[in-house]
Amino acid sequence: MRNILIVARKEIQEGLRNRWVLATTLLLAGLALSLTFLGSAPTGTVGVRALDVVIVSLSSLTIFLVPLIALLISHDAIVGEMERGTMLLLLSYPVARWQVLLGKFVGHLSILAFATLLGYGAAAGALAVTGAEIDAQSWTAFGSMIGSSILLGAAFIAVGYLVSALVRERGTAGGIAIGIWLLFVLIYDMALLGLLVVDQGQTLSGGFLNALLLLNPADAYRLFNLTGSAGVSAFSGMAGVAQNATLNPSVLLAALAAWALVPLGLATLAFSRREL
Amino acid sequence: MTGTVEIRDVVKRFGKVEAVRDVSFSLPEGETVALVGHNGAGKTTLMKLMLGLIKPTSGSISVLGDDPVAGQFEARRRLGYLPENVSFNAALTGSETLAFYARLKREPAKSVAPLLDRVGLTHAAGRRVGTYSKGMRQRLGLAQALLGEPRVLLLDEPTTGLDPALRQSFYEIVEELRGRGATVLLSSHALTELEERAGRVIIMNRGIKVADGTLDELRRIARLPTRIRLKVTGTGLANVPNWLGPVDGWRRINGQMVEIDAAPDRKIEVLRRATDEGAPVEDLDVIPPTLDELYAHFLLTQEAAR
Ligand SMILES: Nc1ncnc2c1ncn2[C@@H]1O[C@H](COP(=O)(O)OP(=O)(O)OP(=O)(O)O)[C@@H](O)[C@H]1O
Ligand SMILES: [Mg+2]
Repeated sequence: MRNILIVARKEIQEGLRNRWVLATTLLLAGLALSLTFLGSAPTGTVGVRALDVVIVSLSSLTIFLVPLIALLISHDAIVGEMERGTMLLLLSYPVARWQVLLGKFVGHLSILAFATLLGYGAAAGALAVTGAEIDAQSWTAFGSMIGSSILLGAAFIAVGYLVSALVRERGTAGGIAIGIWLLFVLIYDMALLGLLVVDQGQTLSGGFLNALLLLNPADAYRLFNLTGSAGVSAFSGMAGVAQNATLNPSVLLAALAAWALVPLGLATLAFSRREL
Repeated sequence: MTGTVEIRDVVKRFGKVEAVRDVSFSLPEGETVALVGHNGAGKTTLMKLMLGLIKPTSGSISVLGDDPVAGQFEARRRLGYLPENVSFNAALTGSETLAFYARLKREPAKSVAPLLDRVGLTHAAGRRVGTYSKGMRQRLGLAQALLGEPRVLLLDEPTTGLDPALRQSFYEIVEELRGRGATVLLSSHALTELEERAGRVIIMNRGIKVADGTLDELRRIARLPTRIRLKVTGTGLANVPNWLGPVDGWRRINGQMVEIDAAPDRKIEVLRRATDEGAPVEDLDVIPPTLDELYAHFLLTQEAAR
């Protein structure tokens, strides 16, 4: 346990030093703040549900940005250190490989969580300061949006580690990471949509569709946030979907958690088998 | 007799490459052992095996009583390793880096500053490692290997990039640790440097251990000629065999000097003649075979035996 914290601490120290923490926090805060105020300007709805509008726009932002940031930090974690030669020295110390990996995970996730919390928190704070009325239900939805964003980040960090543990070269890891991002964030949904259009609701069952949605962490995240709260789904145009959805929030959360844990376990396995 | 490091019939294959073939040796406490061999001879591979970073294809290894791949950390805490191309994360400072490694070895934070001082990095302790010169990185590498009074030190080409002053103090540090009972294994290509420092030499060739012993033992086995240089006066140079008797190999190296290759059993005889009353000899030097020559000899005999 102590070794995990020692490694995590060093990751955070490095993140602070090479400005990763600063850059991601500023990026998320900047985008969140502009979405918050640009988003509410045209409709003029700085009303009771102002925060719900923000949740919708921020969760769309998260789907694009958080996986990208997570993969950027994580794809290099193992193969990069091996290529630079720092892993050789680290593993000669009294620390197990799974502890190194878990330590990195804790460190990277802390950086991402810090940036998300501060960046999105700034948007909600600014909204509250400008006098928008926000009820408890919206706050809960906002809180679970941040929590699930961090969980989405955890999933993509874990996927990044798995790539990093399997490939031989850093460049390959980078390429695969970008491919994974494109696949889950853009291509998957387009393909799914295409499938639905072609099928015309003839053969594909609802259960099959649900399974397809759970197989993509970004979709699980989207459904969780856009249909999770009645208030939010009204704004997201997902109200129809929300009524039909047979996936309840806890199933979606479990899918996200599985997307974090399974790749992390596989990455640990691949890493421990690797020769230096 | 058991040493701190025991290697028995170890074979390590990387695909088709046999990096280490059937090597056995034991390293006792309080000894400095030099591991020499050409590029790709298997020196680094042997050290990685001792650290448990790679698993032997067959054979057994024990370090401080533990199997290094079993994931027992007790032994590793008492082990110092300096990789051949040591590198650190560029973002942290020298003292932050060393503090990180100290925490992993459960060494107190206060052990960091004296170590940095010992390798002469105090002035750069607060600078990012990314700004260090190669020699400074090597010094930092040395400092981390010395954390926590190691019982076994594995140093892979430790003096590359070190300036002469630190090279000297490096060997002093090693000698001090050895004096306190540590086992020191160091690989190097700087054979002349090892000559006075290593009590024992292990020579590797293509993964096979071809020689193992003290420098004197190796000299005896190799039976290499000792070089004797004579500074000759007057006309002595003209008729060397007359006063020296029949010697196999001798040559002039300039107008005054003669060099003789004397086989071990002829050495004393040649010296007697050269120091005889009538011999026209003003001065002489006796140069025993160097480690370089021994090394070349053992490689050649092994190649011939293949
Ligand atoms: N991970 C690996 N995969 C494949 N082959 C390897 C690996 N590591 C080492 N080898 C091979 O094993 C042999 C021994 O390598 P090793 O690094 O032990 O040599 P060395 O004696 O340290 O050489 P040098 O003096 O150049 O440092 C070489 O032929 C090398 O190509
Ligand atoms: Mg080597």
